[in-house]
Amino acid sequence: MYELVAFYLFAALTIGMFCVTVFSKNALYSMSALAGGMIFISGFFFLLDAEFLGVVQIIVYSGAIMALYAFGMMFFDSTDEVKEDFVAKKTVYTLAILSAVLIVIILAAPLWGAHLENAVLVTENLGNVQSLGLAMFTNYLIAFELSAVMLLVAMISGIVLVSKQLDNSITLADEVDTQESL
Amino acid sequence: MIGFTHYLIVAGILFSIGLVGILKRKNLLMLFFSTEILLNATNIGFVAASKYYGDLTGQLAAFFIIAVAASEVAVGLGLLVLWYKRTGSINLDSLQIMRG
Amino acid sequence: MMEKLLYIALFSPLIGSLFAGIFATKPKLLITGVVTSALIGISMIASLMLLGYVDGVTTVNVKLFDWISAGSFDVGFGFVVDQVSVIMMVTVTVVSTAVHVYSIGYMEKDESFNRFFSYLSAFVFSMLILVMSDNFLGLFIGWEGVGLCSWMLIGFWYHKESASWAANEAFIMNRIADLGMLLGIFLIYWQTGSLKYSEVFGAVGSLAPATISLIAIFLFIGAMGKSAQFPLHTWLADAMEGPTPVSALIHAATMVTAGVYLLVRANPIYSFVPEVGAYIAALGAFVAIFAATMALVNNDLKRIIAYSTLSQLGYMFVAAGLGAYWIALFHLMTHAFFKSLLFLGAGNVMHAMEDELNIKKMGGLYESMKVTAILMVIASVALAGIYPFAGFFSKDKILEVAFNEGAYLIWFALLIGAALTAFYSFRLIMLVFFGEKNYEKYKIIPHEAHTYVLMALAPLGALAVVAGFFESGFEHFVTTLLPTYSFDIASFTAGLLIVGTLLVALSGIGFAIYIYRVKGGFPPSIKDRPCYKLLINQYYIPDIYKKYITDPFASFSFRAWKSIDQAIVDKSVDTIAMTLRNIGQKANKMQTGNLSIMLRWMVVGLVVLMILALIYRP
Repeated sequence: MYELVAFYLFAALTIGMFCVTVFSKNALYSMSALAGGMIFISGFFFLLDAEFLGVVQIIVYSGAIMALYAFGMMFFDSTDEVKEDFVAKKTVYTLAILSAVLIVIILAAPLWGAHLENAVLVTENLGNVQSLGLAMFTNYLIAFELSAVMLLVAMISGIVLVSKQLDNSITLADEVDTQESL
Repeated sequence: MIGFTHYLIVAGILFSIGLVGILKRKNLLMLFFSTEILLNATNIGFVAASKYYGDLTGQLAAFFIIAVAASEVAVGLGLLVLWYKRTGSINLDSLQIMRG
Repeated sequence: MMEKLLYIALFSPLIGSLFAGIFATKPKLLITGVVTSALIGISMIASLMLLGYVDGVTTVNVKLFDWISAGSFDVGFGFVVDQVSVIMMVTVTVVSTAVHVYSIGYMEKDESFNRFFSYLSAFVFSMLILVMSDNFLGLFIGWEGVGLCSWMLIGFWYHKESASWAANEAFIMNRIADLGMLLGIFLIYWQTGSLKYSEVFGAVGSLAPATISLIAIFLFIGAMGKSAQFPLHTWLADAMEGPTPVSALIHAATMVTAGVYLLVRANPIYSFVPEVGAYIAALGAFVAIFAATMALVNNDLKRIIAYSTLSQLGYMFVAAGLGAYWIALFHLMTHAFFKSLLFLGAGNVMHAMEDELNIKKMGGLYESMKVTAILMVIASVALAGIYPFAGFFSKDKILEVAFNEGAYLIWFALLIGAALTAFYSFRLIMLVFFGEKNYEKYKIIPHEAHTYVLMALAPLGALAVVAGFFESGFEHFVTTLLPTYSFDIASFTAGLLIVGTLLVALSGIGFAIYIYRVKGGFPPSIKDRPCYKLLINQYYIPDIYKKYITDPFASFSFRAWKSIDQAIVDKSVDTIAMTLRNIGQKANKMQTGNLSIMLRWMVVGLVVLMILALIYRP
């Protein structure tokens, strides 16, 4: 009963928020709506017994990524609205709806009535976090390491892209130059 | 009551909203927002699959997708800032150097 | 040894042609003329030696190489020297040697001197292939070769529009006739399974008469084109556009006689179908009179001689059609000598009159060109058929043949033709060499030709005189291969015929001398008479051809070009290209560089792939 209510509530809210993101003319509004939508998706994850993922969603998405977007928006002049002429509305809508329907059908059709096997065993004794950790560090270890490397690379690239005077090294400079460079 | 199909339908709707946003937006920043929507829609699908078939693979996939999305945002925003500094505009059409 | 002679005789002209061809674009080199003439002379000597060697028993057969071997179709490239071909070889080479030496003098001021000798020798080579080949396909090769060389030679001065037009006319008319000949050759192969003379003639007896008639008719159509029988005759008169030695060689002695040679060579075929032969003879008689009437009024020096050639060809076809093949060959040989002499003499006159051809503007040239005049008189007397010159023996025999066969109409036509021949030949002589000196009005000073030119003409003159006496020897020689012809006339009637013909010819000559010497020519009012107009316009036949054949064909070709070739063929090819280009231009819009557009196309592609995945689910 609660599950039903919660599901429909979260669904409506998510869709509403994301519609605002897509159709709003104001950049600030759309960003805020995006952040809201992220929270509600996290709600979905909790509904689906994926507590760890739900928390990670809130921390990473709404916390880090939206903060990044907010900082990024500070660079741009968000008062002037970008003029958008929405050409060929019908085509776009048709394409979008068609692709969504097709994806669902394609992905869901073999699953209807089929009986899949568990690849990774879920034992009821462990909580969600422990079982996730067990699966990750045994079966998906490589993926874990690689994503760590990828995050490192992303960080370095972020620094390199926007910084100036990368040649001057403060640590290795002399006392006299340090004063001037500061 | 709530079956796997319900979640798939929600994911599909969110996916189509994200597609509309990608095709519609001329502001590059808004384009990135729509990309985030797409990623989240797929996340819902994965986790729902994980729940209804008792398999943790779906949650792990969603996890890694979140990690990838984070790094993608970092790099993407960095590039966007650079472009803005160079051309002073974040309109999509200013990105076009080729003449059709 | 004899094979070597054959090769020498055959290939010397080719070597001469190639040698002269090297210098074709260079200015005049006397050595080309001398070398080519010497090589043709060598060929002549080889032919004469072969003449001495070949008698009734021995012939020289040579197979050079296997030429076409496709499935069951096997044709070798072989040559045979038997009685008929050796006679033709001797005729061709003797006349060609004289013409070559003559041309050294005639073309001395021409800048394309070397090219001329190359073409001339190539022509002789093709003609030798024609007469020496031992199968129909080799004959056809030589046939086409002489057609090509005659085109090159008639249109030798290609800068002149009329010359290249005449060359095209000759070639195209020959080509139309060659279609008939090809059909005949196809029919021969289809019915007898071989193209070699010996095999074909052995097998032809077993075919159905209708087939043999068809073969005979088709081969004759080919002969009609080469020997300019009606209606394919207009090219002969127009072919006078070429240099005079060309006219002498081609149109007097060699090329036009190729048709007669074909009939003589294929006589086993024709002896089975005498009705086709009768038709050939009737056509020949018609042409004899037809051409003689046109020569009566013409004022162009070379055209008169050309029409007389046409007329004499008619005589030869009468003989061949009625079955007297050796007589036709004999007349061919004697005609070659005196006709080429006539042409070369006319060339001398032309040179003296600075290329003027209208005989009304000449006259009284006897005093300045005695030797040429004497030679031309000899040739004309031989042509008219007066005893003891060569033409008498051969022409008379043909009239006897016509009488013998009971074809009295043909005989009468040929008699009239003899009278006309005598008249116009001496009209020519009178107007050119005797009478008032009209050329003085045009400030021309005529001079005689070089001595070596006259010396080249001398052997021809001698042969025109004495060749008739070889008649019985000729008959014995040739009838070992060709069928004999027996006369059933009482000797008294034969004698009467001979005397009658002689009287007719003499009266023709007398009439001509009377009109032109005594009465000073016909009155100018004769030009207004309708029959004069008919004759001088060649019975309006060229105009008829132009109006009803050439012009409709030209307009049809033009329309075919415009509405079929350009509109359909070109258009369809262009449409393919244009369609591709338009598709490319429209597809160009996909690659704009605009991110939004590209994203849209990406989604479109995605949707298409998903639909496909849905449809073709395994």
